[in-house]
Amino acid sequence: MDIVDTIKEQIASNQVILYMKGSPNQPQCGFSARTSQALMGCGERFAFVDILSNPEIRAALPAYANWPTFPQLWVDGELVGGCDIVCEMFEKGELKTLLKETVAQHADQSE
Amino acid sequence: MTIQATIIDKLSTALAPSHLEVINESDMHSVPANSETHFKVVLVSSAFTGKRSVARHQQVYAVLKEELEGPVHALALHTYCEQEWLLRQQQSPDSPDCLGGSK
Repeated sequence: MDIVDTIKEQIASNQVILYMKGSPNQPQCGFSARTSQALMGCGERFAFVDILSNPEIRAALPAYANWPTFPQLWVDGELVGGCDIVCEMFEKGELKTLLKETVAQHADQSE
Repeated sequence: MTIQATIIDKLSTALAPSHLEVINESDMHSVPANSETHFKVVLVSSAFTGKRSVARHQQVYAVLKEELEGPVHALALHTYCEQEWLLRQQQSPDSPDCLGGSK
């Protein structure tokens, strides 16, 4: 599969997916650490891809996303943003609302 | 011209900010001394009024495309319109510490 198709498939099949350096338990970058902590603080499940161990995704995603850096949070097929945006949303309570609504919406659809 | 000066120059021209801070935070990361790899930008502009954060950041990334494809590795961005900046009492958040991941 083409790498962009792989990315599209990941974003389509995971309501909440974080592209980051390292893992939420062992982040390899301060920005990725802060972003995954914000997500974990919301209490919803999320998928993640470690771009350090997936160099093809690391190379291809910035152009596809029109976003040059990592981490990148995608919710419901849309780019939400990087560390600065995600943390600001978390502080305002907006991140939790967005994640809860997204998860609830998909739960309704699958009934 | 330093990269810091280039960033200031490009952002000033493209976005006519009423407030602009470009801070070199490279010494917080695992790079050689006097590097210009990690920056924090605080930018207040009426160009951002009514725009979502993603669109604002993409606008800044477009202006600094060459720098981001070249020497600049990380760019912490805090973008506000005038009113938001006043509500924040003109304070921006701190950047995180490095955790040593590879470049």
